[in-house]
Amino acid sequence: MIELKNFSFAYKQTSVFKNINLQFSKGAIYGLLGENGVGKTTMLKAISGLLKPNDGQCIVDDQVSFDRQPSFLQSIFMLPDEVPLPDSSTPEKFFADLAPFYPKQSDEMFRHLANELQIDPSRKFKEMSFGQQKKSLLACALALNTEYLLLDEPTNGLDIPSKADFRRILSERVGEEQTIIISTHQVKDVENLIDPIIIISNNSVLLDASVEKITDKLYFEYGGQQRQDALYSEMMPGGYLNVLVNNGMGESQISIEGLFNAVLRNQSTIRTLFV
Amino acid sequence: MDFKKQKPIYQQIADTLCERIVSGELKADERMLSVRDVAIQLGVNPNTVMRTFEHLQNAEIIYNKRGVGYFVSPDASDKILALHRKEFMEEELPAFLQKMKMLGLTLDDLKQYE
Repeated sequence: MIELKNFSFAYKQTSVFKNINLQFSKGAIYGLLGENGVGKTTMLKAISGLLKPNDGQCIVDDQVSFDRQPSFLQSIFMLPDEVPLPDSSTPEKFFADLAPFYPKQSDEMFRHLANELQIDPSRKFKEMSFGQQKKSLLACALALNTEYLLLDEPTNGLDIPSKADFRRILSERVGEEQTIIISTHQVKDVENLIDPIIIISNNSVLLDASVEKITDKLYFEYGGQQRQDALYSEMMPGGYLNVLVNNGMGESQISIEGLFNAVLRNQSTIRTLFV
Repeated sequence: MDFKKQKPIYQQIADTLCERIVSGELKADERMLSVRDVAIQLGVNPNTVMRTFEHLQNAEIIYNKRGVGYFVSPDASDKILALHRKEFMEEELPAFLQKMKMLGLTLDDLKQYE
């Protein structure tokens, strides 16, 4: 389990997180959402032990992540949005360089994923498109088979079929002993994949709830008329999408974009609703 | 039809599985794909599919053999049709009648379809 306890972080004078508390349990694919620049990447870096909190702690399986103990480091892998790749390197070389540090890694899984994502592990990175490089890195990251996998904007640059492959591979990959955190603002790409959903804003956590809880508290109405009492509504083909407080209206299909906008615009209502 | 309602994903998956049972593609006492396999096929969160299976088990449409997997109940088809009828009478029909009223149609106008 990953725990942020009274976690605060600032870049010099600019505060990014103030005294926040969050937990990430096993067997789940968390979606970490937030507007540009609110600190999604900062949070992932702090969890991986790359940044030291100004106050509070980040604890992964009872170890302080910034202590960077070998047993901690071999249990976690973070794939950044952009990775500097040596021109002459190839996916298989890249994987072979990382593999010795991760005891549960599997070369067989790497080959399988490369095949699924239709990339050639022996091709040089410099001869690949951005999307192919991204897919190669995803295959490496997943095949390291760590308990904790942090993916920063993983669908950036992927073409349409690859996005579906990505979803399939992630649902295949998550086991009861794994925790995956996906930070993204391309919510359509991960729409039925992420659960629970965490929305962060400047300095705070606005929402941290399972999809079941969200659809229990909020109702998503598609294609009706615009409603005055909606927390958020936007035009869609055939009418309006309304995000409403669920007063016994039953369950509905979540719209993550609608949820995101509703949460950003009604922070105190959401806080009371989701106590 | 009430077009404003969109069912949650776990129910949409349940509906698809029920259709396969009613059509005879999945037969009584046949073993279902595992939660994991359905999740991979659809690219959805395995916990969502777990909810689908729990939902179907509560409705006694499928049953669980510990350690083996989920199987189609012997009377699954009848149970599904009974649920469909209930849903039709309670949700679709009232909406249909309301729309008829709005369009100025009466039940007599439907006689020709008998």
